[in-house]
Amino acid sequence: MSGLSRTVAILRRELGGYFLTPVASVFIVFFLLLMGVFTFNIGGFFERGQADLRPFFEFHPWLYLFLIPAISMRLWAEERRQGTLELLMTLPVPLWSAVVGKFLAAWVFAGIALALTFPVWISVNYLGDPDNGTIAAAYLGSLLMAGGFLSVGSCVSAATRNQVIAFVVSLVLCLVLLLAGFNPVLDYISGWAPQAVVDAVASFSFLTRFESISKGVIDVRDLVFFISLIAAGLLATMLVVDARKSA
Amino acid sequence: MIRIDGLVKRFGSFTAVDGVSFAVEAGEVLGFLGPNGAGKSTTMKMVTGYLTPTAGTASVCGHDVTRNPLAVKERLGYLPEGAPAYPDMTPEGFLRFIAAVRGVPRRDRKGLIASVADRVRLGGVMMQPIDTLSKGYKRRVGLAAAILHNPDVLIMDEPTDGLDPNQKHEVRTLITAMSRAKAIILSTHILEEVEAVCTRAIIVARGRIVADGTPASLRTRSRTYNAVTVRMRNVSASEARAALSNVSGVAEVEGAGAGVGTSGANAGSAGAAVGTSGANVGTGGAGIGTSAAGDAVEFTCIPRRGSSILAEVHTMLRAKDWNADEVRLEPGRLDDVFREITTTPKEVRP
Repeated sequence: MSGLSRTVAILRRELGGYFLTPVASVFIVFFLLLMGVFTFNIGGFFERGQADLRPFFEFHPWLYLFLIPAISMRLWAEERRQGTLELLMTLPVPLWSAVVGKFLAAWVFAGIALALTFPVWISVNYLGDPDNGTIAAAYLGSLLMAGGFLSVGSCVSAATRNQVIAFVVSLVLCLVLLLAGFNPVLDYISGWAPQAVVDAVASFSFLTRFESISKGVIDVRDLVFFISLIAAGLLATMLVVDARKSA
Repeated sequence: MIRIDGLVKRFGSFTAVDGVSFAVEAGEVLGFLGPNGAGKSTTMKMVTGYLTPTAGTASVCGHDVTRNPLAVKERLGYLPEGAPAYPDMTPEGFLRFIAAVRGVPRRDRKGLIASVADRVRLGGVMMQPIDTLSKGYKRRVGLAAAILHNPDVLIMDEPTDGLDPNQKHEVRTLITAMSRAKAIILSTHILEEVEAVCTRAIIVARGRIVADGTPASLRTRSRTYNAVTVRMRNVSASEARAALSNVSGVAEVEGAGAGVGTSGANAGSAGAAVGTSGANVGTGGAGIGTSAAGDAVEFTCIPRRGSSILAEVHTMLRAKDWNADEVRLEPGRLDDVFREITTTPKEVRP
């Protein structure tokens, strides 16, 4: 049997696991609730009088900052705590298959939560005549960003058996990635670091890249950035899981 | 089917497993014994491909575990310590997952799971979250997951630890039933378990093998193997002790002169302390000999290594015309062997 079908078996178990516990319902309810509050109350969706979803997507990075680590924290820490890591690692599953399967389950779950925001899209189409291409691009950007956060969180989760630690550390790392392109941060770095470093840091910014995608500009470089970040996060997860098996 | 050669595992400067080699063939049930921290689990984790050996090789059905881990994992059933399983899943869902990962064709899964659930007697709880099951049932779920694909090699880390006597008996029955065609390794520190299910026992201490043999052959290394325990009345303790010590082949006489019902029962293992108390009784012997004529004395004669003393003791008893209530040949105790060789590995008994 190929590694791929084992990946699917792992994905299905992991995804099913979310729905066996209140984790899924609690997460989805709060995700949608917060989305609503940000979009309508803080973002002023109606007051703006424009048929687009800018106020909706604008807050995604900040919402993900807290909610994505909440999904990713259990990915590996939970296996370690339950002792099922040993079980999983002695099943005939290649390591990459387990890492990718579990990551995909979390990503699909985030995707389900994101897809459940469809009433916002229906509303804006009912109220006006938005550019649905831009909206589709923004959804894609949002999903890619969630994937980026998840891969970072997956790696952090593999390093500990404590979910609280996994949550806090992932949150801080995600915040760093988010803020990398923020002017105050760049100003601070440019005071002492060479320009090349400043550019490198700026290029890691989720915020800048997400903003350009959510405006409907799908730059190949942005896609490559997110996909390679996910790949790097998963590779790092594999290394950490392998190195910390005896811990 | 399992071949281990010079296996070493170091964690930093600590050597957990230090050059372990052995082989297990089909039909063998190998009991892996040793004090906690001796390296039993670490050895098993290397054979199952969970931990990477620092040095040495392990192979299962001809496949090297470092070079071809997936082939090994496919042929091996493994019950990790504590039988971990996903607590939110039901046994049914859990076993379905194991079957899917093990590549059981979709149409065969239902029948396979039903038959394995039947074998470990999981019926009735298949739809309950594993979290809510008793320890015995959880262990059976783990066992079911380990034997689902009918592996040729089965490795179990403390399969009966923490179970009640009935559950232990059930698990042992299962292991015995499976042992005919499989190579089985199980770790335990319950010695009666080794006697009950294992065809062979290996004792490890500080990461090294210190004994390897059948449970019966290991028992012969016990100091009380072929010892003779004599219980009699109307004989003073000092007299009996003196007479037994003079029997040829007897290295040592242990036991208490009086109050046999309580202290005599563990005289065999109590060693030196009992010896001195026996002497005390001897000094006050006159008193006992007369006033407590009805009290029984019980002594255990430890033979010199390799000698048999039962006939000699009988001859002596007959010569003295003493009527013994009981003359018992001791089978030797695995506990003693275990303690002797895991606490003082350097010392060799004569």
